[in-house]
Amino acid sequence: MDSQIALLLGQDGLVNGAVYGLLSLALVLVFSVTRVIFVAQGEFVAFGALSLALLQAGRIPPTLWLLCALAAIALGVTLWRHYRGEQVDLRATLFWTLVMPAAAGGLILMQQQLWPQSLLAQSIATAALITPLGPLIYRLAYRPLADATVLVLLIVSVALHGVLVGLGLWFFGAEGWRTTPLSQARFDWGGVTVTGQSLAVVGLAAGLLVLMFLFFERSIVGKALRATAMNRVGARLMGIPTELAGELSFALAALIGAISGMLIAPLTTIYYDTGFLIGLKGFVAAIIGGLASYPMAIVGALIVGQLEAFSSFWASAFKEVIVFTLIIPVLLWRSLRSHTVDDEE
Amino acid sequence: MTPRKLTLLSLAALAVCWPLLPDFTVSVLASIALYAIVAAGLVLMTGIAGMTSFGQAAFVGLGAYASAWLCTSPHMAAVWPPALPPTLLPWLGLLLGLAVTLGVAWVLGAATLRLSGHYLPLCTIAWGLSLYFLFGNLEFLGGHTGISGLPPLTIMGWSLASPRALGVLAWLVLMLALWALANLLDSREGRAIRALKSSRVMAESMGIDTARQRIRVFVLAALLASISGWLYAHLQRFVNPTPFSLNIGIEYLFMAVVGGSGHLWGAVLGSALITLLKEQLQDLLPRLLGASGNFEVVAFGLLMLIVLQRFPQGLWPSLARGGQRLLSPFMSLAGAPGTSRAADEAFARRVGKTSPITAFNPPAPPLSMPPIPPAETRETLLDARHMSRRFGGLIANDKVSLSLHAGEIHALIGPNGAGKSTFFNLISGVDRPDDGQLVLMGQAMAGKPAREFARLGLGRSFQHVKLLASRTVLDNVALGAYRSGRAGWLRAMLRLDRHEEAATLKRVRAQLARCGLQAHADDAAGELSLGQQRIVEIARALAGEPRVLLLDEPAAGLRHLEKRALAALLHQLRAEGLGILVVEHDMDFVMTIADRVTVLNFGAVIASGTPAQIQQDPAVLDAYLGGVLEE
Repeated sequence: MDSQIALLLGQDGLVNGAVYGLLSLALVLVFSVTRVIFVAQGEFVAFGALSLALLQAGRIPPTLWLLCALAAIALGVTLWRHYRGEQVDLRATLFWTLVMPAAAGGLILMQQQLWPQSLLAQSIATAALITPLGPLIYRLAYRPLADATVLVLLIVSVALHGVLVGLGLWFFGAEGWRTTPLSQARFDWGGVTVTGQSLAVVGLAAGLLVLMFLFFERSIVGKALRATAMNRVGARLMGIPTELAGELSFALAALIGAISGMLIAPLTTIYYDTGFLIGLKGFVAAIIGGLASYPMAIVGALIVGQLEAFSSFWASAFKEVIVFTLIIPVLLWRSLRSHTVDDEE
Repeated sequence: MTPRKLTLLSLAALAVCWPLLPDFTVSVLASIALYAIVAAGLVLMTGIAGMTSFGQAAFVGLGAYASAWLCTSPHMAAVWPPALPPTLLPWLGLLLGLAVTLGVAWVLGAATLRLSGHYLPLCTIAWGLSLYFLFGNLEFLGGHTGISGLPPLTIMGWSLASPRALGVLAWLVLMLALWALANLLDSREGRAIRALKSSRVMAESMGIDTARQRIRVFVLAALLASISGWLYAHLQRFVNPTPFSLNIGIEYLFMAVVGGSGHLWGAVLGSALITLLKEQLQDLLPRLLGASGNFEVVAFGLLMLIVLQRFPQGLWPSLARGGQRLLSPFMSLAGAPGTSRAADEAFARRVGKTSPITAFNPPAPPLSMPPIPPAETRETLLDARHMSRRFGGLIANDKVSLSLHAGEIHALIGPNGAGKSTFFNLISGVDRPDDGQLVLMGQAMAGKPAREFARLGLGRSFQHVKLLASRTVLDNVALGAYRSGRAGWLRAMLRLDRHEEAATLKRVRAQLARCGLQAHADDAAGELSLGQQRIVEIARALAGEPRVLLLDEPAAGLRHLEKRALAALLHQLRAEGLGILVVEHDMDFVMTIADRVTVLNFGAVIASGTPAQIQQDPAVLDAYLGGVLEE
């Protein structure tokens, strides 16, 4: 291996690591706010990438029908509960089940009619399409189990992963897709070729990180989410509706998933089941951060990205084995550092 | 007609029909048994011990690949002594598979099981994926094409080449596994395993090494999976990575959860349901959706969501209840009404539903008060010196010193937030002090785990009652006697522990009688009043035959008569030489029972002395009355 290859691999690792970093943030956010270990996060990545690919091919992505179906079921369930005299939040329900799906449908129609070639319009339409899937899934799958243990919620996540992957196969078929890159530019920096797409991915990911930081540090909604993550009961006593916080964190997770998918789709071919592996690498990163620390999760993501890039050079057949086995020494290390016995929630 | 007879009858019917069934049915039944062996291990892990794994398929793969490699490898053929028959190879393969599985599962368990519960399942996802890729990429395991040409199993010259013959072995292994697991759960170690799910802190305080127990449960489940893989390899006579992928690992978990993860038979039910459903859906769904692919995973996922939301115990309890209703006419015909009711209740307990409390039984009459032993004979049991505990900027305990002698009742009181519970956790090993020394039975206890405190003779109750709500009072109290038993896992599985178990239960019943709970011995602990549950906790602590008893608000929720009975019990224990430390809010109660009182306020000791001295102490009056005025 010479330095040029090393730099190329490092660049690859950085690009992938940036995407894993985004995903690991979403995973930590969802876990700390809702106690849900959201294994199905990766499916949003695939859905985002493949919906974008279909929009570019001039077709309406079937994820729109999934959104409509979930919205209809969620609306039906809420109205039924309302009819039975239970307390329901009609405003949030209407927002997620009518306003957002209508907006997504409208954006897709506008994009197809007015700007069929515009990548920006396609991306916005995709984000609007995928984002409401998060809160709807949260409402239907997790909310009835709000008092369940972390373990049961995790099993639900795995069941959801199965459902979404199966639907992905039905929606998008077994063949892979690649989307048009944001930029075709290539730069030659001291003998190392840097593609515009890589720069765009790293830049956008860094930008999103800053935006999220500002959101959590400055905005009242972000602060409320952080408060919920620290202490659910306390947050509820302060008047923060924790269910809305759950919906919001799932919306953010879906949005981050969709963006990650759109960023990575021009670089690798995305299949209906690619998202799971990408999401799991985000998990490995999040676990390095103990499912609690954002900065450590980012560091973990960069490590995972580099490890993956270099192992694909040295032992490409064992790339996934090496990346996923990393979790064992990490956990061993955490285990040796922990002394007290945790009581399960 | 008892459930046991019904089970045996169904199995006998299956055995009689076995030679007559069509080939296809036989092979489906054989796979159900193979899946159920894996699912039974998952039931033990998930529903009973409160852990879970998505990676069991990888262990199945280890068992299958170990034997496949050993039986077909040219290296092995070269070194195999010609004197030995080659039919021994698969059995050596079984041992190799078990050894490899044991090693891998132990390492994974050691890495994750000391951490909180969600790390193990996450780790099994990663591990399940890794191993699948590893199987597919290792040259000597045949890569993605796999290994073919495995020899059939032979038992004493009998070839088990046909699925009909191997299916019999598979069902025998399954029944043996279920029998052993049921025995295990109905033993001293079984009680410890059940305690893992509800509260590890409580289990540790009973002297149970929870991390070790969890690792053992995980390893046992992995070994079952490995045996299933070995049978699978010699049934198919061919292995490739596909049946050991993460998706199949997830399916195994679905089987356990859909069937009923708290019940061993749920594993059989779940495997049968999922296998039959898969058979149907694999044809139906692609036709319905107009595309080819594994769409059954969508149906399974949705089924899981519905089961978890509507039947959190799985389908087995509902099925068992339905079956019980169907069978009840037969049951009343089978014997006298009394025995059938007993059978009903036994059955109801087995399916997780407990009989309601028949009537409230007042506790035993107050025992006569024995004289207090002379002060000079007393030995210091527990000595805490200058113990401090800080949480961030908050000093919860500030150089608290307190001693406890044999044959005394020492009360620790203080306003809310004074640091009593923190101190309690420090002296029972649940939490660690930042500063200070703690000596228990003459041993320095710094940094030792709670189970070490239990070993030295410290028993405790919890402020927030930590009982296994669905288990009987007897079972809960017997958990306290965990340390006194010797029978391990193997003896329990083989039913060699009955003698010891009977002796243990006899002693436990004696403790129950002493605490006035004998009438409730077979009631579910969760159905008792909160006050009675606190007494169950005391009985559980006493079952460990402690020398030091720490009671956290034992009188809270008790009625007047019950409080008198409790006071009498504590006096009796004191007379027997126990040192008792009580945290309590009920001042009347404290002042009547305590020999000494220590008062905490804002984390520091403000007074210590006899009840009479404390009642006169200006600092105490100020702390209590001042506190009241501020509120």
